[in-house]
Amino acid sequence: MTPEDTRNILIGIVCVAIAACVPLVFNGYWLSVALTAMMYIALSTSWALFSGPTHYISLASGAFFGIGGYLVATGMSDYNLSFWLMMAVSAVVATVFAGLIGMATLRLSGVYFVIFTLGLAEMIRNMVSWLQNNVLGSRGLYVLTDFTEAHIYWMLLTVSVAVFILGALIARSRLGFAMRIIGNDETVARHVGINTARAKVLLFMTTGFFAAIVGAIIAPRYSYIEPNLVFSPELSFLVVIMALLGGMHRLWGPLLGVIPFTLIWEAISIWIPNFTTLFLGLAFLTIVYFLPNGVVGLLEKLRGGATP
Amino acid sequence: MDILISGLLLGGTYVLIAMGLNLQYGVARIMNLANGEMIVLGALASFWVFTSAAISPILTIFLVFPIAFVGNWLIYRFLLLPLVRRAKTQGHLEVDAILATFGMSFILIGIVVSLNGGYFTYSFLATPFELLGSTVALNRLVAFIFAVIIAVVLFLWLNRSRAGMAVRAVSVNPGSARLVGINVEKVSALAFAIGGAVSAVAGVLISTFITLDASVGVIFTMKALIIVIMGGVGDVRGAIIAALILGLVETTVATLVDPGLTLAAAYFIFLLVLLFRPQGLFGKPQT
Amino acid sequence: MSSGRTLLDIVGLTKSFGGLVAVNGLSFNVKEREVVGVIGPNGSGKTTVLNLISGAFRPTSGSIHLSGQDITRKPAHHIARTGVARTFQLVRVLPGLSVSDNVMAGAVFGRRRLWRQQARSHAQSLIERVGLHDKHRLPVSSLTYIDQKRVELARALAGDPQILLLDEWLAGLNPSELQTGISLIQSLSEEGRTIVLVEHVMDAIRTLCDRCIVMNSGQLLAEGSPDAVLSDPAVITAYLGDD
Repeated sequence: MTPEDTRNILIGIVCVAIAACVPLVFNGYWLSVALTAMMYIALSTSWALFSGPTHYISLASGAFFGIGGYLVATGMSDYNLSFWLMMAVSAVVATVFAGLIGMATLRLSGVYFVIFTLGLAEMIRNMVSWLQNNVLGSRGLYVLTDFTEAHIYWMLLTVSVAVFILGALIARSRLGFAMRIIGNDETVARHVGINTARAKVLLFMTTGFFAAIVGAIIAPRYSYIEPNLVFSPELSFLVVIMALLGGMHRLWGPLLGVIPFTLIWEAISIWIPNFTTLFLGLAFLTIVYFLPNGVVGLLEKLRGGATP
Repeated sequence: MDILISGLLLGGTYVLIAMGLNLQYGVARIMNLANGEMIVLGALASFWVFTSAAISPILTIFLVFPIAFVGNWLIYRFLLLPLVRRAKTQGHLEVDAILATFGMSFILIGIVVSLNGGYFTYSFLATPFELLGSTVALNRLVAFIFAVIIAVVLFLWLNRSRAGMAVRAVSVNPGSARLVGINVEKVSALAFAIGGAVSAVAGVLISTFITLDASVGVIFTMKALIIVIMGGVGDVRGAIIAALILGLVETTVATLVDPGLTLAAAYFIFLLVLLFRPQGLFGKPQT
Repeated sequence: MSSGRTLLDIVGLTKSFGGLVAVNGLSFNVKEREVVGVIGPNGSGKTTVLNLISGAFRPTSGSIHLSGQDITRKPAHHIARTGVARTFQLVRVLPGLSVSDNVMAGAVFGRRRLWRQQARSHAQSLIERVGLHDKHRLPVSSLTYIDQKRVELARALAGDPQILLLDEWLAGLNPSELQTGISLIQSLSEEGRTIVLVEHVMDAIRTLCDRCIVMNSGQLLAEGSPDAVLSDPAVITAYLGDD
């Protein structure tokens, strides 16, 4: 381990310790903002594990997140199963589902993948609503637990830490090296012996896994779940924008996008709620035209370092 | 028989949507994810003109087409062309275009919501009409007829005129088109503008028989994309057949199963296409 | 040289793109430690042959065996691991990676599948082997054209391939670079590497190749020593036309 690694680990531990103290200092509104931010840290960072190196824009987060929330709600409400069991089930379901989507679309060009994920959450929402109304019978789904917002926050913090650790491990592994090569030139990657399809599908499955876990953990926050609430296309876009805003060529990049964006988003939602969509659009254009490497890229440029 | 006729009538409008996107993606190489919002804007214009001045949507077409043409030309010239110029590879451009058009799509939604947050409902030619033994609303039939007329005009323009030939040349190979003296940037801008204008006109026609609101754009974008990919990028004949297939399948599912599942049906088709014919219905297998 | 066992065996190889037949019933083999040149006029299907061997394209019909293993319709990554490494007609380096990482890509995922320190030192030795001694830390985009070609060659060698495919590796070099390039490939051949090269530079063909395959319109036109095929009237006609 190099001195730099040791330093990074220490910084990481300090950050986690500070983050863990948030519920002890804040409560009410600010805790709930922190919780939202923590949710997006886990989602955007795990999203960037896949999309950073491949440049494939996945809009499937909302679908996987919805699978997590919906399965937890159905299992607890209709079948009296435990929260933890349903969280595990939803993670497995989402991972397998991501694998299937990946196998069907990732061997083709990136455009097909974006289009396929674009309407995915909406399609699943339609199907789930239909199943609920016609097959299962329409009943409200209640997620009743003893979890407080602080508990949910700490669980999400744990997930975020797991994402960071996994990300760091992947970056040092053959898989991480393979992804960097794929991101540079997929044809070369194939011809040096990388099974590019398998590598991409594996990483896409990780994002599905984490998004479902986050969806499951968030479910108790709402207590009453319906498909329209959890299968949210908007969530997919927010995850994308925050990761891009932060910058995806560093593991901690999305973090720098999530925190400012969540704060601005909250402020806009309170004061000028009709402006949110417009703001989302402006944020996309800002990134494309002015911040192609995100906040991280900007910082590195200001420090005079080379941007990759 | 009812399903067949209303399916084909719906498919006729999809043809128009898909032709708009096909021009934008096939020629200008911009995967325009704000295409659906152009449709919504067309519908909104039609709704406004009809409710405030009681002018027939058919006449609105002639108003919407030039405005949308200019608007889309400006978008291409000032927002997209810089991306085309800075892109190092096609893949790079694709990602940039996707993100930029997402941005535009949200901005357009935001604008439409601030103009009119509700549904664009109005009644135009909502009279029953007897067609081959089935009863259809007259507005659907009129929309279909206009969709066919516009599609035919577009087809003739592409295949018979000098400008149309340049557009087709760029669609096949921008590099070679440049070599024979075609101004690729100009032709791309033209194709993008016409594509957007055709989509907006499709929006006008659709609004006569479907109630739209600010948020439905993405659904139309999805459908247009599915049709373009199913038909094969740049393949007009393929797009027409794909649009009719989608119209038929959606109508069948909506009638026999549940209207809430039309998107699921569209997805199912999309999945089949991706798995078995990613190069499009009539495309030759690529290596 | 021709006493070695057959390494690459190609039988009836055909590839058509829609209606266009790029390679038509081509058969040839390459023996161990042999350097075989594939030559022919533009558009005769030479690069397509390399693309078929390396798995970039799937053959329409015919078979390709490497050391007795069937690699005919295998995916490119599988063929690379079996022991086929290649360079590209238009040089393809990984622009975001350092010279060292570029070469490591071959070492990590090729036939040897080395990792960490082993891969790093293997890559380092190859970087020196191709003559890039002090440049391993540089970003690859800062290199000159011939140095980028060296990186690509080192990357291909790093996988320790059974056979090396060079697609116009010498194209675009100036006369002095060309001499350097030719002696580099010659030294690889002296190490005992098996090489198939597609090339337009006739001096290089004469110096390097034990045997030549001449293609015309996707078919085998002639086969033999460089001097013999280059004086063959049929070959001259194919290059210069009928008059």
